[in-house]
Amino acid sequence: MSEPALLALHGLSVALPVWADRERAVSELSLELRRNEIVCVVGESGSGKSVLARAIMGLLPAPHVRVTGGRVLFEGEDLLRAGPERMRAIRGARIAMIFQEPMTALNPLMTIGRQIEEMVEIHLALTRRQRRARILALLEEVRLADPQRIMRAYPHELSGGQRQRAMIAMALILEPAILIADEPTTALDVTTQAQILALIKELQRKHQTGVLFITHDFGVVAEIADHVAVMQHGILVELGAAAQVLNAPRHDYTKSLIAAVPALTPRPRREMEAAPVLLEVSGVMKTFGTGAAWFARGDRRVHAVKSVDLAVRRGHTLGLVGESGSGKSTLARCIIRLIEPDAGTVRLGGVDLSALSRRQLRPHRKHIQMVFQDPFGSLNPRLTVVQLIAQGPITHGVAASEALAIARELLQLVRLDPAAADRFPHEFSGGQRQRIGIARALALKPDLLVADEPVSALDVSVQAQVLQLLADIRDRLELTMLFITHDLRVAAQVCDEIAVMHHGEIVEFGPTIDVFADPQHAYTRELLAAVPGRNWIPPQLQR
Amino acid sequence: MAIGPGTILYVVRRLLQAVPIVVGIVVLNFLLLQLAPGDAATVLAGEAGGAPPEYVAQLRERFGLDRPMHVQLLLYVKNVLTLDLGYSFRNSMPVSELIFGRLGPTLLLMGTTLIVSVLSGVLLGLVAATAVNTWRDRVISVAAVIAYATPLFWIGLMLILLFSIKLDWLPTTGMEDVVAFNEGWDRVLDIARHLVLPTLTLSLFYMALYTRMMRAAMLDQRGMDYVVTARSKGLAERLITYRHVLRNAVLPVVTMAGVQVGSLLGGSVIVESVFAWPGLGQLAFQSLFARDFNLLLGIFFLSACLVVLVNLIVDLVYLVLDPRIKLG
Repeated sequence: MSEPALLALHGLSVALPVWADRERAVSELSLELRRNEIVCVVGESGSGKSVLARAIMGLLPAPHVRVTGGRVLFEGEDLLRAGPERMRAIRGARIAMIFQEPMTALNPLMTIGRQIEEMVEIHLALTRRQRRARILALLEEVRLADPQRIMRAYPHELSGGQRQRAMIAMALILEPAILIADEPTTALDVTTQAQILALIKELQRKHQTGVLFITHDFGVVAEIADHVAVMQHGILVELGAAAQVLNAPRHDYTKSLIAAVPALTPRPRREMEAAPVLLEVSGVMKTFGTGAAWFARGDRRVHAVKSVDLAVRRGHTLGLVGESGSGKSTLARCIIRLIEPDAGTVRLGGVDLSALSRRQLRPHRKHIQMVFQDPFGSLNPRLTVVQLIAQGPITHGVAASEALAIARELLQLVRLDPAAADRFPHEFSGGQRQRIGIARALALKPDLLVADEPVSALDVSVQAQVLQLLADIRDRLELTMLFITHDLRVAAQVCDEIAVMHHGEIVEFGPTIDVFADPQHAYTRELLAAVPGRNWIPPQLQR
Repeated sequence: MAIGPGTILYVVRRLLQAVPIVVGIVVLNFLLLQLAPGDAATVLAGEAGGAPPEYVAQLRERFGLDRPMHVQLLLYVKNVLTLDLGYSFRNSMPVSELIFGRLGPTLLLMGTTLIVSVLSGVLLGLVAATAVNTWRDRVISVAAVIAYATPLFWIGLMLILLFSIKLDWLPTTGMEDVVAFNEGWDRVLDIARHLVLPTLTLSLFYMALYTRMMRAAMLDQRGMDYVVTARSKGLAERLITYRHVLRNAVLPVVTMAGVQVGSLLGGSVIVESVFAWPGLGQLAFQSLFARDFNLLLGIFFLSACLVVLVNLIVDLVYLVLDPRIKLG
């Protein structure tokens, strides 16, 4: 603590507009960031962590959200009192920022090289040749292969990981004293995330940068943090060294957050042979894109699912694990025939669903139901909750009054207040909506529940509750589940068996406990090695 | 984007794809016109103050109107495919000659209208968006709504009333002063003076539309993440607006302008009639009342070709503006 802080926040408060649900986004927050140190700011959505980052940079969406008090001392200078001219000189050059979604954070109509060059251009007087040399050097440093090509490329021509590397190069090109990273790996796949985290850490050590790293993921915190600041409703509830906060949290909120992180230890083995096979998928294939159009040449087809075989026993949960683009959602949609597979058969309880026509399939639909990822987009905003849930049974011939009664019961089952039955989806939080989605799926008493990333859009504490709910319901109703996820921690908690998908193929399939203990395929090993904070075992805490 | 062999191949392919489309339009137009009551023979007979049925029958035979419809249709399509658009009995001239004589003035009017409306729309939208919720924004927005809501022909008449009759600044009718026998730059200037009022009339509506679109697109784009990135780099607001936001915001306006070239042709019928502009619109108007179906079909055919062509051009422009678009 001998060195003075690079950045010191003293009693920083940020006001929200009057129509917001609380008065302040950030309240009386004090925090220090030193050279060559990574401070992680952790919190759930709405905790004010992103507002904090923007407040430091002077990028709050004025006039609605504004700083109302405190000081932001950067190398002794109060940034809240700096004029716009001075702030522009600091932004980019002395304090740089990287963002969550590199696709939208980059201008789609400008080449990567041009966007980085712009940064150099406005802060330094260099010739074009010098600028380009510097950019090429840095692109190499963030380990982008073929930097010449990257410079000429547009954002959409790169992968997510490459884009984030380019963003990092852009942020670091002027050797800023501070890098503010706002959830920089949240939008990335787990293997890419591991690489980007390693890169940030490496460059930070090399350039002695102070990094303010904003995240919601304790795994990521365990991976890179030196110090941790935990935020709740705009208030800093706990601040301390990483090891202390992660392993011996003091504040109740921190404890509850850490307790909600799913452990990377798989479910114990259950008797596999006893139950009959409910779902049997064999040789399912799906190719997207069409062949040649009139007078056109060539085709652009994507083989989303290549000849997949699967079997799920009654009462078991199969996890379909893979990164984005691996074809796991497409496979799920083929199974419930939201999209038509090109080939293969899907048998549910002995009935060959794939052989049925759309009309013949209709009475069988109720046996498979789906829970979707997006709790906001998947519920019709014009229907009340009870109507949403009752719709399925009514379509399948249950009398309306009876269906509505079932719907109210289900609300209780998913632990929502039955008094909420006549309200509309927008009046609920994300976690509550996901409960509604589950109730909707259960209303038809399905044999098989297909859950497509049901907790990915939720905060960790809500995620834990929804997972708990799913587990309870599954045990009580003896449901069979196909659980799609990209998160190995979640898969470990929920699934009896795991199928790892990669490029449309299942590369490994077996009991979760075996797959985790002794992964056979190289890709599975890569996935397991990339789980952030895999070496950190969350302490057993009393909640 | 590089204009290479790929682009040329693409253009050729698009033109080939356009052939069945245009033929389809020709067939449809032909059938639709059959629904209209009367034909050239009855109109000619009517204008002569009545004629015996034998004379009308004789006229029909001469024009080939007595043959069964499908035979007429096949004959017509066959002729069109060999670029023979037939003969206008009404004007006693080959249709193609008539049309191509009128094409120039229409293209001139449409071209200037397109340029004027897009440029001024983009500019006004930009000004409104950069000064959002100030008096500048309000004046522009209100003016745009008024221009959007006012009928074309009425604007035309009012402009004539003000600039030609009251102020006597600009000519009201025609494309040039034919009795002045201007040559060289004098003639260009004369045509330009004649062009002002029709262009203004036709532009106002589209300008209002593009202004509103541009304003909305600018505000939309200003909320995007890449703008925050640009701010975090230390860029000044002006630079962000002109270098980052503007180009992204122009894209939807260009798309819209491309789609509306067809309706611009429709609008020119009214404007050409009001200002006696010797273009295709006016010709279409006259031929409709004369039941000069050959001529009308020819105009339709040319319009269809024009729209197909303009759409192709817009797509190529888009290719230059947006690197995300791939030829396919």
